[in-house]
Amino acid sequence: MADALSLTRRAALVAGFGAAGYLVANATSITQNAAMARIFEGVEDWTRVAQRTLQSKNGLAPEYRPADISPVFKANGTLNPNTNAYNAHVASNFQNWRLAIKGMVQNPMSLSPADIHRLPAKSQITKHDCVEGWTAIGMWTGVPLGLLLTAAGVSPRARYVVFRCADNLTGEPAKGGEQSPGQYYESISIDDAFHPQTLIAYALNGHPLDVQHGAPLRLRVERQLGYKQAKYIESIEMTDSFASIAGGKGGYWEDRGYEWYAGI
Amino acid sequence: MSVRSPLTNFHAVAVTNPVVPPKPTLAVSSKAVFVLMSSVDADSFHGSPREPSAESPTQEIIYRHSGTVRWTHWINVLCILFLLGSGLNIFNAHPRLYWGRSGADSDHAIFSIGAVDRPDGVHGLTQVGPWQFDTTGVLGWSKTNGEYQARGWPSWLTIPSFQDLADARHWHILFAWILVFNGLLYVLYGLYARHLQRDIWPTIKDLKAIPSSIVDHIKLKHPVGEEAKRYNVLQRLAYLGVIILITSMVLTGLTMSPWFNAIFPYTLDLFGGRQSARTIHFLSATLIVLFFFVHVAEVFLAGPFNEIRSMLTGYYRVPRDDAARGPDTTEEKNG
Repeated sequence: MADALSLTRRAALVAGFGAAGYLVANATSITQNAAMARIFEGVEDWTRVAQRTLQSKNGLAPEYRPADISPVFKANGTLNPNTNAYNAHVASNFQNWRLAIKGMVQNPMSLSPADIHRLPAKSQITKHDCVEGWTAIGMWTGVPLGLLLTAAGVSPRARYVVFRCADNLTGEPAKGGEQSPGQYYESISIDDAFHPQTLIAYALNGHPLDVQHGAPLRLRVERQLGYKQAKYIESIEMTDSFASIAGGKGGYWEDRGYEWYAGI
Repeated sequence: MSVRSPLTNFHAVAVTNPVVPPKPTLAVSSKAVFVLMSSVDADSFHGSPREPSAESPTQEIIYRHSGTVRWTHWINVLCILFLLGSGLNIFNAHPRLYWGRSGADSDHAIFSIGAVDRPDGVHGLTQVGPWQFDTTGVLGWSKTNGEYQARGWPSWLTIPSFQDLADARHWHILFAWILVFNGLLYVLYGLYARHLQRDIWPTIKDLKAIPSSIVDHIKLKHPVGEEAKRYNVLQRLAYLGVIILITSMVLTGLTMSPWFNAIFPYTLDLFGGRQSARTIHFLSATLIVLFFFVHVAEVFLAGPFNEIRSMLTGYYRVPRDDAARGPDTTEEKNG
């Protein structure tokens, strides 16, 4: 009995270390294994639930003093959409740019940058945390997204806000090759859309947005990582699912393996 | 997981070697007693001394590590391996460190790894403060699948081996959660069972022994007998240090999370900003690697079989105190 027990324990020990050794030795090859992907998704859900449970939906991101503003605000991702249509907008100072608000809303809208500038503005000095690890601090000015959505009248069935952008991003070399190019898009939850710091921004550090930072309009959703801050926004669409859009994961980078919940 | 655990100061559960039934008394080993008796006047004792047989020398075996400590130790090893490997892959996405609230390419880096194109080819360069080192082949410019690539840490150190921030983050956050729960279990158990208070927290007497303990470590002199049943002061400080370093890893890691900053902004102030937190995260990891090498070296110097067995089964063979058998000790005991 005691021998059988010690044999089982020994077998368990060997099996345990064998499994751990296998995991370490084969981490690279099982990285994109389907079962592992489900585990990673489970971890993302767990992180999201843990962080959202710990905070009320309107908890604020820290704000900074003017002295903290980064001398140079790093621009990343698309630095210029550089399409004929976009270049024409740059030439005409975005007079003809239209932001569409559509989908599950009672009053679909089409707003020019001038329309948006006339709405009550909010400014905030916040930090921009890139998933790569760097941070830049800047002052953003824009209209709270909640204000636009209230005006549009959001259907109670809507759960997400999808932002479609004018830039086609070629992607980064990864997994041994180039990633597929694609139209940039992003999505956030309805709670985050109505968060008081969520803006459709048109100015950075007191100057109109320049091309590399997303002119004429970009998103600021301050409790999430940089890739959520969609630039060159053309439309805001209320929906109950983003499964049928592009890769179905809710964003350009999400379709390429990054977390939709970009809080960490 | 064994719960019979010793509350805790490594209490002795078995004496003599495992074949012989445990004798809870006479921990100082019958051989010592024999030596003691034969060297003084044997007639003054009643009964005859038992001489231990040559092939089964009596040796004290103690139950040193509780099940919780053993399990959490090995789970921690697995977590740290994965966190280091995936952490270096994440680091490669932006191989520069800063001090302060913000920091990006145009800001001054206190540490960076990069690649530069020179007439004689591409070089990997590593900058530490004002110094710069050519680290071609290892840092900055190294081979992945036989081809040179610009990447901070080389592929043989990262998880996954190819450069991918999304995949590395998945591994990192998975094992970060396991590390947190495993660490909480260890600390809560350690406090409840008083393992932390008795075995890890150094006493004043321990602290006074730091200089002599340093000398012992340099001379590679390992404690024997009673002294081997408890952690020496440098062990206590090292294990306490690792607990602090892992706590620092978790807190600085969370400080890099924008959502966590909104929940609990105080760690941003504590560490001096997100970029300082990222630098401290990296420094703490470096110190954990340093601990790992010293720890493994000590295991091998102190007797790898006995040490590793004790962390697997809990049982530890106490190195014999040879001095206890000498005439000096005898006189001491008689006196």
